[in-house]
Amino acid sequence: MAEEARRSQGQDAVVIPIGTGGRPGRGSGSARPSSAARKLAPTAKGSAGPKPPRPGRTTSGGSATDSGEEKVADAPPEPRRTTSGGSATGSGEEKVAGTPPTGIPVGDWLAALTGAAHEVFGDDWERRAAELMAFVRRRLEGDYEVDDYGFDRELTERFFMAALRPIAEKWFRLEVRGLENIPADGGALVVSNHSGTVPLDGLMTMLAVHDHAHRFLRPLGADLVFKMPVVSSLARKGGATLACVEDAERMLSGGDLVGVWPEGFKGIGKPFSERYKLQRFGRGGFVSAALRTGVPIIPLSVVGAEEIYPLVGNVPSLARLLGVPYIPITPFFPWLGPLGMVPLPSKWILEFGEPIRTDSYDPAEAEDPMLVFNVTDQVRETIQHTLFDLLRERDGVFS
Amino acid sequence: MGRVVLVTGISRDIGRRFARAAAGDPSIERVIGVDVIPPRGDIGDVSFVRADIRNPVIAKVLAKEDVDTVVHMSVIATPGSAGGRGTMKELNVIGSMQLLAACQKSTTVDRLVVKSTTTVYGSSPRDPAMFTEDMGPKRLPSSGYAKDVYEIEGYVRGFARRRPDVDVTMIRAANVIGPHVSSPLTNYFRLPVIPRVLGFDPRLQFLHEDDLMRVLTHAATRSAPGTFNVAGDGLLTLAQAVRRLGTPSIAMPRFAVGRLGATMRQARLSDFSPEQLGFLTYGRGVDTTRMRSVLGFEPSFTTAEAFADFCRSVAPVTERVAEGAGRG
Repeated sequence: MAEEARRSQGQDAVVIPIGTGGRPGRGSGSARPSSAARKLAPTAKGSAGPKPPRPGRTTSGGSATDSGEEKVADAPPEPRRTTSGGSATGSGEEKVAGTPPTGIPVGDWLAALTGAAHEVFGDDWERRAAELMAFVRRRLEGDYEVDDYGFDRELTERFFMAALRPIAEKWFRLEVRGLENIPADGGALVVSNHSGTVPLDGLMTMLAVHDHAHRFLRPLGADLVFKMPVVSSLARKGGATLACVEDAERMLSGGDLVGVWPEGFKGIGKPFSERYKLQRFGRGGFVSAALRTGVPIIPLSVVGAEEIYPLVGNVPSLARLLGVPYIPITPFFPWLGPLGMVPLPSKWILEFGEPIRTDSYDPAEAEDPMLVFNVTDQVRETIQHTLFDLLRERDGVFS
Repeated sequence: MGRVVLVTGISRDIGRRFARAAAGDPSIERVIGVDVIPPRGDIGDVSFVRADIRNPVIAKVLAKEDVDTVVHMSVIATPGSAGGRGTMKELNVIGSMQLLAACQKSTTVDRLVVKSTTTVYGSSPRDPAMFTEDMGPKRLPSSGYAKDVYEIEGYVRGFARRRPDVDVTMIRAANVIGPHVSSPLTNYFRLPVIPRVLGFDPRLQFLHEDDLMRVLTHAATRSAPGTFNVAGDGLLTLAQAVRRLGTPSIAMPRFAVGRLGATMRQARLSDFSPEQLGFLTYGRGVDTTRMRSVLGFEPSFTTAEAFADFCRSVAPVTERVAEGAGRG
């Protein structure tokens, strides 16, 4: 018998009963074929009819669950499937014959779900699943904390970072260098070059700092970020705040690790032909904030972000109409539609440079424009030179 | 000798309750309440003087009663209660000017406490995360309550300059919330379905009504000149608040919320003003360091606790719907 053959293969070769076991039907697992199917196959009518299984007889192959299961009549309905039962429909497992043949039994569904939970959450899936449920409940009841800037730590860690991680690791293959330059605690200002048409470099830097330095990078964003729906609330929840002197100083004196991209839209919106050429570094506001709070400035050079969306054109009139700094035209966008929005898989290198200390200066010297310009230039030069070094070093854009 | 305190705006619930609380304070000898309409509730030991602060009679009251502390609370936030925007503006701005003029003439007044609001900072995408007292709004308010308060603050600063011997304390209170408060914001949270602006999750800060009473008494009984932000610790986002409240909410584009607000205002269902729309889009946070270090005041409710206390007073949605159906 086929059943014997299956058994001889051992416990591993378990056949999950899906379908009708060779009899006509819709393949829905229902033992009862549709009327149309019954007309097509009149010979099968007798054996597969809606005949209730007679008590006291073991029926094998009577219903869809014919994978070697013995159905014993009048046996108490024992919940035999334990959590470790996995996806096995237990060859040789006893089932109550009184159950009507309604497709895949509930037990199988449960087993499949437990199996899936094992796959998704690993061995301690019960605890993990309970945690997830608790998380969802807390979110729905509003029982979570945000800080003064609207930063939602839990959501950032569990959701934003988890969503960005595969992109960083699998798509851009982030290589992070100079992590020892990020202080373990206390305020510090990370200053980075900005590129890539869409500020993905900011998100990747946040992820890199979180995963490798175990701190949250608090980015400073342009006011356009906070004007746009959806983006504004996501930005605040992710820890961003407005790039203004007040917020920068408040965060730095509060001991946060603050990220700033002083090139702003000039940096991310520059044409592909000008890649890796640093634009003007704002008005040096970030330097005076660092001087006033006495925190170190950590220059960060990002290589690879320039190539993700090569900006070859712009529609200034439409951009003005929409109130955005530029409308990007890349070799793929908008020509390929949504497909053109997939970034090119360039290889990224993030190098954190040696901190530039500002605590030797007097806070009052932040009012000295010459000093501010000098420090700004020093930071800019450091980043530019590191960029050139990294470019010389890398083998190819996508390798 | 205890102090003699004059409280304006006593016909409104907050003013009446403050006057009663102040009358119970041992360092205050007498409390005089002033308003054009008599207070509706029990005023206890407070003596009520029916006077309009928009005319010079108020100066006579100050002189006759030997008032040494004036607590100005009659700045109203909604045109609905006054009977129109014109009247509201007159009550707020002209009333405050007359009161300040009377205070300037007075020889007895040595302390002025003005209840202002953090609405003066406005709400815009260019706002810093936390406003300190020395910051102003990013864009000057063009209309409504915010403009009135902004102008009143200007007059109060002018008064403080002209009478340096008078201690002027300006309390910029965050949105006051509590079981008894009826304000545009509490009415908004009492709606059966809360409209939200799609894609924005503003940060909100609340001050519990009891803390407002306490801080005003605190300021009236101590010399602490200056401007102070007063708010509960911490922040809530609107989405968080709505979820904690358990009321269904509906997110729609900003212009639709604005239209809905205008329609509700016309139908007298809710006072949903343009500056409130801004607040519910961009939110606001104020820094309360000076409240602790200079004013020496510690709120007893955090923002979250104040909101939780308010939540307890809001009936579940089903009851409110049933009530509304019964009324209609």
